[in-house]
Amino acid sequence: MRSVADIGKALDAPLPESDPAAAATFLLHSGEEILEHWLHAHDKAPTDEQKEGFRILALHRQGAKGEPSFNACRETARELVYHYNLITLDPANKDMPQRLSMMRLVANHLYLFVSGKMEVDGLGEFCCSSKPIRLNSA
Amino acid sequence: MPERKEKYKKVAYYHGCALEGTAQPYNTSTRAIAKKLDLELVDIENWNCCGAMEVKNVDPEIQTYLSSRVMSLAHNGMGQDVVMAPCNGCYHNLKKAEYDIANKEKSREVVEKISAKAEHPTYEAGQVETIHALDWIKFGYGEDELKEKIKGGLKGLKVANYYGCMYTRPRHIFPEKDQGGDSESTSKPHYMDDLLAIAGAENVEFPLKTACCGGAHTLSDSDTSTKLVLNILKAAEAAGADVIATECPTCHSGLEMHQIRALKRMSAETNVKIVYFTQLLGLALGLSARKVGIHENVSNAIPMLKAKKIA
Repeated sequence: MRSVADIGKALDAPLPESDPAAAATFLLHSGEEILEHWLHAHDKAPTDEQKEGFRILALHRQGAKGEPSFNACRETARELVYHYNLITLDPANKDMPQRLSMMRLVANHLYLFVSGKMEVDGLGEFCCSSKPIRLNSA
Repeated sequence: MPERKEKYKKVAYYHGCALEGTAQPYNTSTRAIAKKLDLELVDIENWNCCGAMEVKNVDPEIQTYLSSRVMSLAHNGMGQDVVMAPCNGCYHNLKKAEYDIANKEKSREVVEKISAKAEHPTYEAGQVETIHALDWIKFGYGEDELKEKIKGGLKGLKVANYYGCMYTRPRHIFPEKDQGGDSESTSKPHYMDDLLAIAGAENVEFPLKTACCGGAHTLSDSDTSTKLVLNILKAAEAAGADVIATECPTCHSGLEMHQIRALKRMSAETNVKIVYFTQLLGLALGLSARKVGIHENVSNAIPMLKAKKIA
């Protein structure tokens, strides 16, 4: 597994636009990898299961268990899946460069949020600062 | 729908603290729109802080009480059954208090005890309905009516709608959302998109509309917030947006502040403008830029809006 910093660097590097499916797979895997780091940091073994056909969604769900503020990146993980589908189901689309560029920004947001939250635990608590009720109803 | 139209025509207005300070333009433009659309905003007198995040993180029950007092003032003091809170933080906290009081015995006990001590009627769940400014315009005025009222509109303006986190999360304090039909979605909110589309704007596909901006850490961990905001700004630009429309004072000031900080500290320049949705709607309704407080924003959108003949 790459280090958190290496994932960040890789997300800054140029993507292989000639192979959109490979680029989308790389970005999706980068998202999975950053979530794996989050789980390892919380002494959890990352699941190999899938949710709605995607491991990243299962990993997010696992990461948010008992940590409601982690849901602040739920939609970002789902957007990553959406863009993956958008790209791989229609790789010849004329908007491909734009779609790949947007998917990279979405992956980068997931990376920034998770890596930021690994440094400052309270990140995401703003929206989820009703943490007590979420924990009570979990 | 007609029922809500009648109900939202006159609402208790809880602007909260941000709209008296950094988000003054949001307040100005909300009031200007109310006047233009003949919707009545009745200020809640002697209002208090909703508990924001500071109180909530220290003692969530005290925050519940503080928000309950606001709702009690509206219901018992003013006879209002709808509270409109344009600030996402206030809106979120009142919704949370409503949920707590309806579902938690301990919250009810705390609220009752402090209300008795403060000598005001105890708020009881269901006495008021808390709505956001988006609900207020969408249902209180009506989309068809708004369409007829638009003058000039926002034609040629590409907008990325940014809702931030507190408008939809956590989902269970917003039981009216995700109900299908014309209800709001918590995963892909669209009310702001709907209103600005009616006003003639072109909404761009923006995947980070509820993504974290690092708001709570804007002072304690500025670099993380700056990076998150920069990514949001870049995504809006990549989507082709001229402006990011906001409906949350914290998001708005965070985007403005970190746009400048990203340039100064990271030499990362972005040019997308940041404007409250009420300001854009006001312009579309024929109000002047000054009337909706565009000149009070840190992000200077006036030259771009003038070039597009919107301001």
